[in-house]
Amino acid sequence: MQQLVYFFQKFKYFLFFLLLQFIALTLIFNNLNFQKSKYVNSANALTGGLYNKVANISDYFSLKATNTKLLEENTLLRNFLQQKTTLSFSMDSIVLDTLKYHQKYTVTSAKIINNNYAKAFNFLTINKGTAVGLGKEMAVVNGKGIVGITDNLSLNYARIQSILNKNTRINARLKNGYFGTLKWNGLDYRTVQLIDIPRQAPVKIGDTIETGGKSAIFPEGILIGEVVEINNDNAVDNVINVKLFNDMSAIGPVYVIKNLQKEEIKFLENEADE
Amino acid sequence: MNKTIYFGLLFVFLVLLQVFVLNNVLFLGYINPYLYIIFVFLYPLKKSRIGFLLLSFALGLSIDFFSDSGGIHAFSILTIAYFRLFFIRLFLNKFEVDYPFFKLNLEPFGKKFNYIVTLTLLHHFLLFFLANFSFQNMSQVFLNTLYSSVFTLILYFLSIYIFSKKQ
Repeated sequence: MQQLVYFFQKFKYFLFFLLLQFIALTLIFNNLNFQKSKYVNSANALTGGLYNKVANISDYFSLKATNTKLLEENTLLRNFLQQKTTLSFSMDSIVLDTLKYHQKYTVTSAKIINNNYAKAFNFLTINKGTAVGLGKEMAVVNGKGIVGITDNLSLNYARIQSILNKNTRINARLKNGYFGTLKWNGLDYRTVQLIDIPRQAPVKIGDTIETGGKSAIFPEGILIGEVVEINNDNAVDNVINVKLFNDMSAIGPVYVIKNLQKEEIKFLENEADE
Repeated sequence: MNKTIYFGLLFVFLVLLQVFVLNNVLFLGYINPYLYIIFVFLYPLKKSRIGFLLLSFALGLSIDFFSDSGGIHAFSILTIAYFRLFFIRLFLNKFEVDYPFFKLNLEPFGKKFNYIVTLTLLHHFLLFFLANFSFQNMSQVFLNTLYSSVFTLILYFLSIYIFSKKQ
């Protein structure tokens, strides 16, 4: 017994050091696990609040760029709207305003208050949380393309797993319908990688990549980027480099998309598993 | 000033400086200085180390909270905080009896330089290795370690130079 006490006396600093290191390692492992990361994240009231305060000031520096982006997006949407009205008029049918009857997605606007893009596992923080109905695993996009997926939420803030995170996998497709998986190799924040595209798919440089809609998170047809490099060597995963339309180093306002039918889809999928 | 208040303020100042200023530097797109580790160099040497280890860990963890990095800052700064005494013995030849009178500023520059460079490189390597979290892209890890260390060291010696002139 005395020897044991003596042992602890002698190595108490080392043991204390090991204990703290163990805690740190546990946090690191948990942080990279989408299901388990709960404690250390910037979506809590203190860090989120501080980031929000700083973002409120630094927002003024990018007002012009943000306004231009919003204007571009409005133009795009107005053009869509024009097409839509002409179509419905030409079809000569009654447009039913079924409020939320056939609606599949709702959109919430939010602002990025903390942006990371230079690491291998990047996360962003936005200034909306569970108070406005956000939840885990919702799509985050902006006018130019996809941004990420929500993962940790507090009442007023949410942490987003960026598409620039080595753990992110997103279903994406070419405009002609062939689909694969979008991931990131952790190197350049302007390009992401599209893998598992079938070999017979006709891919050309400059082709547009969009979300495939084969998951319950992203609606289909949201823009991602364009093909810049095709690796034609006989690699297993058939990597295609995609240049993002979004400049991930400068994003301000974003939209969070909630899938109203996600529970139903998940329920079905889980039932099939069992 | 009271030592406790001084180090309390230094703690908060270093967290805010790192999170809101230095994390946004991104020189050439990815090179960041990590100046908060000067806490390890400035904290006085004591025989009892529990408080110092705990504070270093807390400092790292605070920065992890802000930068969504799990515990990589906590892990790296705790490592250099624990091995600080070993390197002081190795480079500066100081033992337990010297601790109360030890001042890093009064040491000869060459010895001090070795001590600080070693700890900085160790910290940055652990940091980037854990941030990368795989054995791929190791060249990237080494390059990042090198560039960021140089950046941190320049900032460190500049700030020491500026603040010691006033005394």
